[in-house]
Amino acid sequence: MFKNINESSKILLPISLNNIAYHKNGNQIISETSLTIKSKGITVIMGPNGSGKSVLVRLLHGLLVPTKGVIYYGKHPLKKSIRKKQAMVFQTPTLLKRTVLANMTFVNSIRGRIDLTYCKNILKLLSLEKFQSYPAQLLSAGEKQRLALARALILQPHILFLDEPTANLDPSSIHLIEQILKNVRESGVKIIFITHDIGQAKRIADDIIFINKGKILEYTNTSLFFQKPQNKETAAYLEGELIL
Amino acid sequence: MIISFDQDLFEILLLSMKINFISLMIACILGLPFGSALAVLRFPVRKTIIAISNALMSLPPVVVGLIVYLYLSRSGPLGWLELLYTPTAMIVAQVILITPIIISLTCQIIEDLQEDYREYFSSLVMPPQKAIKAYLYDARYSLVTVVLAGFGRAISEVGAVIIVGGNIDHLTRVMTTSISLETSKGNLALALALGIILLTISLSVNFLAAFFKNSAKRKAYV
Amino acid sequence: MILSFLISPGNAFAENAVLIQSTTSTKNSGFFQYILPLIKTETGLTANVVAVGTGAAIKNAEKCNGDLLIVHAQNRERAFVQAGFGSNRKNLMYNDFIIVGPKEDPSQIKSSQTIENALKRIATDKHKFASRGDDSGTNIKELELWELTGIKPHDFSGDWYLELGSGMGTTLNAGVELNAYVFTDRATWLSFKNKQNFQVLFEGDTHLFNQYGIISVNPSHCPRTKYNEANKIITWLTSARGQEAIKNFKLDDQQLFFPNVISE
Repeated sequence: MFKNINESSKILLPISLNNIAYHKNGNQIISETSLTIKSKGITVIMGPNGSGKSVLVRLLHGLLVPTKGVIYYGKHPLKKSIRKKQAMVFQTPTLLKRTVLANMTFVNSIRGRIDLTYCKNILKLLSLEKFQSYPAQLLSAGEKQRLALARALILQPHILFLDEPTANLDPSSIHLIEQILKNVRESGVKIIFITHDIGQAKRIADDIIFINKGKILEYTNTSLFFQKPQNKETAAYLEGELIL
Repeated sequence: MIISFDQDLFEILLLSMKINFISLMIACILGLPFGSALAVLRFPVRKTIIAISNALMSLPPVVVGLIVYLYLSRSGPLGWLELLYTPTAMIVAQVILITPIIISLTCQIIEDLQEDYREYFSSLVMPPQKAIKAYLYDARYSLVTVVLAGFGRAISEVGAVIIVGGNIDHLTRVMTTSISLETSKGNLALALALGIILLTISLSVNFLAAFFKNSAKRKAYV
Repeated sequence: MILSFLISPGNAFAENAVLIQSTTSTKNSGFFQYILPLIKTETGLTANVVAVGTGAAIKNAEKCNGDLLIVHAQNRERAFVQAGFGSNRKNLMYNDFIIVGPKEDPSQIKSSQTIENALKRIATDKHKFASRGDDSGTNIKELELWELTGIKPHDFSGDWYLELGSGMGTTLNAGVELNAYVFTDRATWLSFKNKQNFQVLFEGDTHLFNQYGIISVNPSHCPRTKYNEANKIITWLTSARGQEAIKNFKLDDQQLFFPNVISE
């Protein structure tokens, strides 16, 4: 189903943040930080509400431009041609006011010819094939998010960003999405995933970035993150305490 | 009187519909992409153009009529085209009146839709032409209202078309100019009958559009 | 003061103002602008004018929308009085009709002896002829003249015979633009500002005589009509002083209307 990302595209990885900072209206949203994200696997970004998770992902995807510093993909600073090899799934999906299949073919058409069979196959993968001629806006929350993921996959991205895609979804939808992300990961796609859900992070993450008040406090592999949190904010968060 | 649908009335009705339809089509061909581009693209004088276009929505028809008249008049710069007192001149005036309405309302509707779509389209790295097309397509049912507004202005217009068309029988006489003429002749009953026909057309078009839009609403396409 | 104006907008026009129903050709010539102030000083009466086609003016008066009628279609005026809508009809003044056209005179009507001949030449030539086509006094007169020729111009409507359904000034504008002959009253022509290369090409036939009549609306038909005031204006306009005033109304040193009181 998923074409393996060939070696040449690996030039676009890893992702390195070089003294990145982001300000808005004089407020520091992301404070200056440098970091290299591993080329492989699922990186989960965790942190309390308002910590800057969404902003960080939008900087990585080029939806926001850092006030300071440069983001490198491999040796290249982030640019349009790199952004075209990325896809993003938002917390609240923006579905076009068309049928489910038309949502797929629309995205498919942006990067070239429409491949109807491929569109239908991806829909099938997300158990949406029976809805293909159904108005997208009338889907349930879980179905909408699956369609958003299907649209992202049809772009055949090398890097896939997901901003809390499973918040407020039913368990079966969450399970389906997680399974698919694991398959996508196997095909060599780099996944960056924001979540609040500690259980979900344990299930899918290869490594975890922990961010609080715009500061990246930790970037470490999953088992280490949960066993030996490096600072007291992380520990408190994992304990389920409110971090003030 | 209406029931004994005579040849002359039919001719007038046909010409009215032809002029309105053609001018509306030209105004849409110009106004929909332009209005949409105005909403999507970012360039220096964008806000000024939007303000001008909004102001032009309330162009007084007689002024437009007069300006078109002066341009097309034999002593005017475009006099050699010999278009004054022809249906073409009426279409020109109508297009000038309707296009700003189409542009402004399209721009507003697309801007509203953009609130929802902007970030996603940015994520897709869409070329602007494709984005403009996609916005127009997804706003298609809301844009029906825009086209209706243009139609409403076209069908009710008398001030400009009477100046540039001249209300010549069998050549440039349309419904509104006939009503104006019959009123000036004191044939109030006939004028009213013509008015009822005009009203019926206008209402049917609006009902049809509302029906169309409602069925789209049920599919959440609006 | 402003408040009272809002409450009774009718007050903006003085209660005793006389409403005159008249024709566009008379108004366009500037005649009313000249005569109304004189009426005010001579009789103390304020009058307002609604200028429409003769047909419409008569219909308006039939519906009691007006106190005084100044129009030019004698047959219709008599019918109006006979039907009981009006009383006290008098011939007020006259001027004449003319045919104007491009100075090259494509159909050579200048050399015609009679109006029938002139119109026939235009019809044979199928040269454009702009008609008011609005049932106005001028329009009625023009159609009467076509009847003399035996030609039915309506058969050519939209071809060379162009019915504009408009006032005299608009029709003249169109005529100038389309290079078409136009049948007009002299007063409007003299006061017309967009003549370009147009000039008078046919005039002087006795058929072209244009008689204006003045009639007050019959109070037994319209009880609320300002009958006494209307008659006061008729009396003054048909008096020696009134007739002198009409005679003195000039445009570019040309007299526009010729007073001719003949009481009926």
